[in-house]
Amino acid sequence: MALPNKPVGEIKAVRDPEVEEREVDILIVGGGMAACGAAFEIKKWMSDDQSVLLVDKAAMERSGAVAQGLSAINTFIGENTPEDYVRMVRNDLMGIVREDLIYDLGVHVDDSVYLFEEWGLPIWKQDEQGKTLDGKKGQRMGTLKEGAKPVRTGKWQAMINGESYKRIVAEAAKLALGEENILERVFIVDLLLDANVENQIAGAVGFSVRENKVYIIKCKTMMVACGGAVNIYQPRSVGEGKGRAWYPVWNSGSTYTMCMQVGAELTMMENRFTPSRFKDGYGPVGAWFLLFKAKAINGLGESYVASDAAKAELEKYAPYGTAAITPTCLRNHLMLFEMKEGRGPVMMDTVTALAELGKSMDKKELKHLESEAWEDFLDMTCGQANLWCATNTEPEKKNSEIMPTEPYLLGSHSGCCGLWTSGPDEDWVPDAYKVKADNGKVYNRMTTVNGLFTAGDGVGGSGHKFSSGSHAEGRIAAKQMVRYAKDHADFTPAIAQSAEELVDMVYKPVRTFLEHCDYTTAVDVNPNYIKPNGMMYRLMKATHEYGAGTATYYMTTTRNLEIVMDLLATMREDCEKMAAGDLHELLRAWEIIHRIWTVEAHLRHIQFRKETRYPGFYYQADYPGQDDENWFCFVNSKFDPKEQKWDVFKRDYVKIIAD
Amino acid sequence: MPSFVIQEKCDGCKGGDKTACMYICPNDLMVLDPNAMKAYNQEPDQCWECFSCVKICPTQAIEVRGYADFVPLGSSIMPMLGTEDVMWTCKFRNGMIKRFKFPIRTTPEGQANAYTDLKGQDLESSLLSTEEADGRAYRAPQELA
Repeated sequence: MALPNKPVGEIKAVRDPEVEEREVDILIVGGGMAACGAAFEIKKWMSDDQSVLLVDKAAMERSGAVAQGLSAINTFIGENTPEDYVRMVRNDLMGIVREDLIYDLGVHVDDSVYLFEEWGLPIWKQDEQGKTLDGKKGQRMGTLKEGAKPVRTGKWQAMINGESYKRIVAEAAKLALGEENILERVFIVDLLLDANVENQIAGAVGFSVRENKVYIIKCKTMMVACGGAVNIYQPRSVGEGKGRAWYPVWNSGSTYTMCMQVGAELTMMENRFTPSRFKDGYGPVGAWFLLFKAKAINGLGESYVASDAAKAELEKYAPYGTAAITPTCLRNHLMLFEMKEGRGPVMMDTVTALAELGKSMDKKELKHLESEAWEDFLDMTCGQANLWCATNTEPEKKNSEIMPTEPYLLGSHSGCCGLWTSGPDEDWVPDAYKVKADNGKVYNRMTTVNGLFTAGDGVGGSGHKFSSGSHAEGRIAAKQMVRYAKDHADFTPAIAQSAEELVDMVYKPVRTFLEHCDYTTAVDVNPNYIKPNGMMYRLMKATHEYGAGTATYYMTTTRNLEIVMDLLATMREDCEKMAAGDLHELLRAWEIIHRIWTVEAHLRHIQFRKETRYPGFYYQADYPGQDDENWFCFVNSKFDPKEQKWDVFKRDYVKIIAD
Repeated sequence: MPSFVIQEKCDGCKGGDKTACMYICPNDLMVLDPNAMKAYNQEPDQCWECFSCVKICPTQAIEVRGYADFVPLGSSIMPMLGTEDVMWTCKFRNGMIKRFKFPIRTTPEGQANAYTDLKGQDLESSLLSTEEADGRAYRAPQELA
């Protein structure tokens, strides 16, 4: 249900908000692809006496990473096997992945893609001659479910006309769940454990960004799927352009932070993603490399990836580096090598690629090709198209620079940080990968906190889900939540804190602001508090300089990590003095708190893993190279909410799928 | 590339039940000044340039100006979102104009099949509801290590 809009910033936050308390069996936190998958699936399994609520901090029609649209579905198994899919992900992520989760996703993901097509997402098809049919024209070939051939770029991608991808998926999700079971513009900021039952989730607390109101929601089980973490490192553009993050700028690490704060185990938080994209606009390069067969060239005009030096460098990281498809981090590594050796800038040779393709095409086909190149941007990174316009860049006449971005944390794209969750309850899944609930049962995608599930960017150890896989994973978790709620029908959630205590916590930045704002003549500068904007810059500066940001070509050291951990500890102390004068600022205040905790987890993991597993994503200078003997394992961590202490430890990797 | 609102064209959606840009912005940036009855972007440096506000605005009052840090002035890209297609007008700094039309969906809006009547049968199986309805079995791995 969309609340009637009231201006934010126009209405100030008040000291004492209204409180609304609710109780449902199942709570879905988030509104992106994973949450939409859960919303679609959940009522199919619920009994009439069970209840559900979805809470999104934005509007589902355009929330999450797919808000802007996409030009491809990056995971469609089709003619491939889920085993092949596991092998691809394993190689890209340098060997250490949860193969049970990846395999399971591979089994289900196509079913979500079939639904997207049925709902109206235009999926490109190949006709009898192998030519591309897009939009409604593709329907002539039938549906993917009926066996029609998608237009592949790589082995796993299916091209789409995806401007309205999220709108279509959200439409089905909302219809399935019912408007009455949806709260939009409510930001959940803290999860609540049960007062009586150890390690059991019992609810969540959040606030409306449209009215002064705090929501306290009790539940038996919950899925938290609020995406990854963005704007945690200083972006390459620090003025207006810092909004032009590659991943959605509103992803604030809420998934990781909220789950870790109630004691859920994290895995592979050291993993990060620093995608190489068109410089500044961060437009996608996948279609250029794969569909248009363009090459990246260095400042000397050489295709450096084919050089002997590059091959020798990749050999160091065998078997990953020598595989047919070079892992994403190593592709970055090679690019950084060129830049550091003074052979930049690195350019995408669009001119040669289009000229080559033009040789075998007539004028009409060439025109369509140009349109495809622009659609790739306009469907998912509109700003890159404008950057081309502003710089008079016609790709057939002028090459464009590519550059690795600032670091992002995510578990659904080419990264694998996130929560440690249970795999499916199948006999081929090792016992160590099954998280047993209090009743001894295994619930797929449940975290180590009973009743707490996650999906999409939240599930660690298993990247390359992308939009379709996140949707399928949300559906998997949804069914398990219904099962959990049914198995725990007698459980009545109880919250230890009073409503007043929870409001005090959520509205603390507002109280701090109101108490001190009259002391100075300019509200943003006041010795008694810090605004979220200032804290954001402090976090970005610290990570940029010490935490393997772009300032040091992603390099850090043991000593640098010690410094940044000290800085983070001080930041967390100063967060107690965070001030928010309006509801939008209160949103930002909680987002930065979430970001700081997520970054702390990231850096603790980097500190613990004494090797450089992902060259190109980050380098631990004191421990260069990979050390399989000691570190071919997961790094997991757990924050103990009672003791307020961190524990970082190893977990064994189990190989499930053959080479 | 932050969005901006053209003063003359914005009527604050006074005829509608909600301010469209404020309803849609994924990052809570667009707000209505109720006195002026005009919307504005309250935090341009957090704009992802997703164009959601531009596309939804009923009076075409919202456009985007390239980020000051790296986009030269003088260009524009402008979408017109229909029910089946989106039309883009891309104007280069040197005056050249390119127009593109891309399909956005193949079905009428609002009619996605949500399978509201579908009820799953076996809560203990690993199958999703539509997989179960299609009579599929869970495919166990064939190539174990």
